[in-house]
Amino acid sequence: MTAPGAAPALPVTGTPVLEARSLVKHFPVHRRGRRTQRGAVVHAVDDVSIAVPEASITAVVGESGCGKSTLTRMLARLIRPTAGELVLNGSPAARPDAREYAGQVQMVLQDPFASLNLVHTVRYHLARPLRIHGLGPDGNSLDDEITSLLKRVALSPQDADKYPHELSGGQRQRVAIARALAVRPRVLLADEPVSMLDVSIRLGVLNLLADLRERERLAIVYVTHDIASARYLGDTIAVMYAGQIIERGPAATVTDQPSHPYTQLLLAAAPDPDRPSPPTLRGRGAPPSLVSPPAGCRFHPRCPYAMAVCARQAPPSIEVASGHVSACWLHAKDADPDTPRNPDPVPGSIPLTMASQQDSRPPRGEST
Amino acid sequence: MTSLHVGTLDQPTAGGRSRPGEPLLEVAGLCADYGIGPDAVHAVLDADLVLHRGEVLGLAGESGSGKSTFAYAATRLLRAPGVITGGSVRFHLGQGRDIDLLAADESQLRRLRWAHVAVVLQSAMNALNPVFSVGDQLGDVLQAHRPDMDRAARRDRAVQLLDMVGITADRLRSYPHELSGGMRQRVMIAMALALEPQMVIMDEPTTALDVVTQREILEELAALRDRLGFAVLFITHDLSLLIEIADSIAIMYGGRIVERARATALFRAPRHPYTLGLLGSFPSLHGSRVHMTGIAGSPPDLRNPPAGCPFHPRCRYVMDRCRTELPPLRPVARADVQNPRVAACWLQDGSAPPPAELARPEPGPGPEPAPDPGLAVGTNRPTAGTGGTVADTGTDTTGGAA
Repeated sequence: MTAPGAAPALPVTGTPVLEARSLVKHFPVHRRGRRTQRGAVVHAVDDVSIAVPEASITAVVGESGCGKSTLTRMLARLIRPTAGELVLNGSPAARPDAREYAGQVQMVLQDPFASLNLVHTVRYHLARPLRIHGLGPDGNSLDDEITSLLKRVALSPQDADKYPHELSGGQRQRVAIARALAVRPRVLLADEPVSMLDVSIRLGVLNLLADLRERERLAIVYVTHDIASARYLGDTIAVMYAGQIIERGPAATVTDQPSHPYTQLLLAAAPDPDRPSPPTLRGRGAPPSLVSPPAGCRFHPRCPYAMAVCARQAPPSIEVASGHVSACWLHAKDADPDTPRNPDPVPGSIPLTMASQQDSRPPRGEST
Repeated sequence: MTSLHVGTLDQPTAGGRSRPGEPLLEVAGLCADYGIGPDAVHAVLDADLVLHRGEVLGLAGESGSGKSTFAYAATRLLRAPGVITGGSVRFHLGQGRDIDLLAADESQLRRLRWAHVAVVLQSAMNALNPVFSVGDQLGDVLQAHRPDMDRAARRDRAVQLLDMVGITADRLRSYPHELSGGMRQRVMIAMALALEPQMVIMDEPTTALDVVTQREILEELAALRDRLGFAVLFITHDLSLLIEIADSIAIMYGGRIVERARATALFRAPRHPYTLGLLGSFPSLHGSRVHMTGIAGSPPDLRNPPAGCPFHPRCRYVMDRCRTELPPLRPVARADVQNPRVAACWLQDGSAPPPAELARPEPGPGPEPAPDPGLAVGTNRPTAGTGGTVADTGTDTTGGAA
């Protein structure tokens, strides 16, 4: 479990704008006609702490059902956490000031075909948040504001009078981003912002997010199932499994030296044309039921390195390198004595990871 | 080449593994429209493709590039308002018999489908019938195509099929909603293989699945292909995945096939600017993080396609000629005979040297196809010592760090 007090500091490039402390979300289970435990809940997110610094992108990576969208919705305060607190700009975000919170934290959704209203123009979509938040100047200066918003997302001012159906998918997602920027937020939550877009235009939108991080010093949470794009865009990667963050660290470190067996599995399964031979998956199977998650480490039933302690006790967040934490007993100093420890390679793990593949590539050309 | 009688289709093909490497499906000049008259949208234009026995042929492109329309038109599965407007498609049944799919009548198609050509769709939840159990649906296929099998034999076969894709027999009584996404897709694959087809069309079979499940299913598929010897036409937008699993790849853009090559050759040495751009759209899992640009602009509107080369409005190498003249899909000027390369680009017509990115040396031919034809064609990948280029990720490495 990610114990917030004990967790080492994140690789912070600025002060955290938004911080989540020990967020928990349990959804009650309602099932008719079946025997169900009274008070059964889905443990969608359990004890997740995350800090989003200014001018940085935090990529949250995980498979469907791991709780990454639930986490994003709690960060956007669209749903109320079961426990835990949100800290915005250093002070706890209290419930009543919802609009003020929304003025600081905005969200971009996955499907730009659904998140824009088909009967309204782009202008309407951009003017509305300005009006609602009382930021809207009137007359010409509203047009100026809209023109400037469109320019910030690399659209042309003429697009203001278009309807969503006149725009391509990439342009629609840019409109959705411009709408989020209208209230001058400090945090942008992007939940799978490119997964509905065509491959060739995804990078355009990702690069736009990277630009916004630099230009507007936005703190961005990029939620994705695609670890390659998380590596490309993210400063920090947090990997989620079964409602918990199991590994977190600088993006290139997490993908090049993954320290948690689940991160290693994700990387082995990801498409990679550079891979010299088909990968070996270690930890097959599916994520557990979140109604009754396994005791101890939630990955232990699938884990190729599972030890006795893994089934008994949830692993703490252990710092494996500066700013790189992993919730895995393999890295504990006082784990079973016969357990290999970091920096010794986890048995069998390193061949799965990137380092060795890079070693194996050059000989291909040399030995001709 | 005898004309096909309905009866010949019913003869089982010997294990489906007759001589890998022979053409199985030959498509030439295929055109397909949506709608008729002057407003028709030309979704597939003049597409040529050959699928060989036992081969995994990848068809990649963005949405609207015509890749699914091509596959459905080529197998006469295209439904109205889709119309096949030209071309020829020959399906080789083996032993010198073949069938002109575009001329085949309904009863011939009925015998051909599933028994010789099966389909796995992306959305298993929609492809499976929600009100019948998995066992019923498997039995239904067998009952329709294998009338000689009795109930017990059908059940045995259904158990065997599910076992093949790693599902236990107790799942025969399950309904689709009781299965996970990965299991549903496995059931779809088991159903597609029920009659031991020679060709399986897979239309984005793993796109809706998580990466771990996707990888597991692809592994199973590769093992089944090695065992049963069917050919696969694998349709996806995920080129990085296709390079790993396909033997050869055709890239579609704006309804046309713009490049065709062996998977490794396409990855290491693309010849069409669109392929190059597509390869540069997938961030790498290794190396230093570099700024990548993807491809500027948007895919073409097929209702109003650009003149000349369909890619010219987005192409960074565009020349005057590209705006007016359509480049034919033809052999790249410098291609060697061993590895036929075709690309539809004026840069590759031999009149001038193409830009360096589009003229990377071909990787070595890779290990010779294994003497045992049953062995994996998928292992036909470059390994140490096959020469060619030093690994280049194929990505655009210009520009600063991300």
